[in-house]
Amino acid sequence: MCLAVPAKLIEQDGQQGIVDLHGNRLRVNTMMTPEAQTGDWILIHAGFAIERLDPEAARETWALIKDAEQAAEDQAGQSGSVARTNRNNGGIV
Amino acid sequence: MISTDQSAEKLLERLRVAAQAVKEDIAFMEVCGTHTTSAFRCGLPTVMPPNVRLISGPGCPVCVTSQGDIDRLIDLGSRQDVILCTYGDMLRVPGRRGNLETARTRGRRIEVVYSSMDALKRAIDEPDQQVVFAAVGFETTAPATAAAVCEAQRQNVRNFSVLASHKRIIPAMRALLTDEEIPSIHGFLCPGHVSVIIGSEIYRPIVDEFNVSCVIGGFEPTQLISSLLCLTELVLNRQTALVNQYREAVRPEGNPRALALLAEVFEPGDARWRGMGIIPESGLVLRDKYRHFDAVQRFELSEPDEHEPPGCICGKVISGAALPVQCKLFGRACTPVSPIGPCMVSSEGTCSAWFKYGRSGHLNLSCTHANEPQEVLP
Ligand code: SF4
Repeated sequence: MCLAVPAKLIEQDGQQGIVDLHGNRLRVNTMMTPEAQTGDWILIHAGFAIERLDPEAARETWALIKDAEQAAEDQAGQSGSVARTNRNNGGIV
Repeated sequence: MISTDQSAEKLLERLRVAAQAVKEDIAFMEVCGTHTTSAFRCGLPTVMPPNVRLISGPGCPVCVTSQGDIDRLIDLGSRQDVILCTYGDMLRVPGRRGNLETARTRGRRIEVVYSSMDALKRAIDEPDQQVVFAAVGFETTAPATAAAVCEAQRQNVRNFSVLASHKRIIPAMRALLTDEEIPSIHGFLCPGHVSVIIGSEIYRPIVDEFNVSCVIGGFEPTQLISSLLCLTELVLNRQTALVNQYREAVRPEGNPRALALLAEVFEPGDARWRGMGIIPESGLVLRDKYRHFDAVQRFELSEPDEHEPPGCICGKVISGAALPVQCKLFGRACTPVSPIGPCMVSSEGTCSAWFKYGRSGHLNLSCTHANEPQEVLP
């Protein structure tokens, strides 16, 4: 029930918007994401846009995962030893 | 089996190495039904390192709703003078007297809505009917209820009301950390979509007071494994931290508009959770200003009796104190086709996830050290 899905905002009229979700047009209420603009990716839950997805942060998230992967490869090269670098904790806030 | 996605494989390998280095049994709890289903769907429990256990906590909104609240909802839906609008997940949850689906087959008007606003629209379209919206869900869903209530107030819609059993996750996490029956938790995988609304900073007092890490994570296999890796490495390094790995959607302060809506319409109140009893301040009750939209008041509903379906241990399952396979009814009397408890009905329920994805013998039960299952189905 807490499932939210990302979709692209393709039309907006006041607090009403239309998103493209896997090729389907879906109506959403955008009152909780006033900053979202046509073309943005937003998270949809129960007919409401609950957040505008930040493309910059999305890139960072995937970069962190890439970084962790790199560390995994490094580890594979150091047989038996444990790399204690905490690279994957880059999101510590 | 786990996605063959290369990133996931690499992260998993690193998780195994970190887990091996930890040299003790550790348990993380996810408190989000979507994490439960995502983890099972990608086969994660089958490939977890043997000493790392992922416990499903009270993250499924349907499952945590007390049986009394469910009975009350079904009773209301069974009335001839009410149109009950509900999210689809509630339809088949069994109550003492059938479920909403059976009430519908008896001719009662039970309507599945996609949004709270659809329920309000039904009330506006049919002013002579009483329309009740079954408002269930965590902080992800509650702002939508608040928005509908605000709009009903603005348009003075007198035939609309809500039967609210919304829940707040932070008080439940605190309750779990102080409950001696729950196996000790070395870190939380925090609910991504609840966190979109409440933000990441709200977990900091839990990290500081209980010395337990909180990692907010996404739902893809790679993101899930990445969060578990992060939690494991924190244990390995004897650190506790608040980590936000879902930064594209979760801000430190959450969604201010959604929070403002919640604060306008609701205030925290004590709430009863299935199997966990009354947890202080863990619910959301309508403020005085909006109390006339409360279905409990409008229909003069009395305090419901609390009981559990006989034999069902959902209460223990949702708090991480028992596994679905420890329930004697699991897979026999209780299946998704004929569910006995909400954990088997809801698509996000732990019993449902175990039944759908975990009963084919792939599950690695060696990591479930707290209680040995009484029976494991073939
Ligand atoms: S298997 Fe069914 S009866 Fe048993 S705990 Fe799960 S939902 Fe309840």
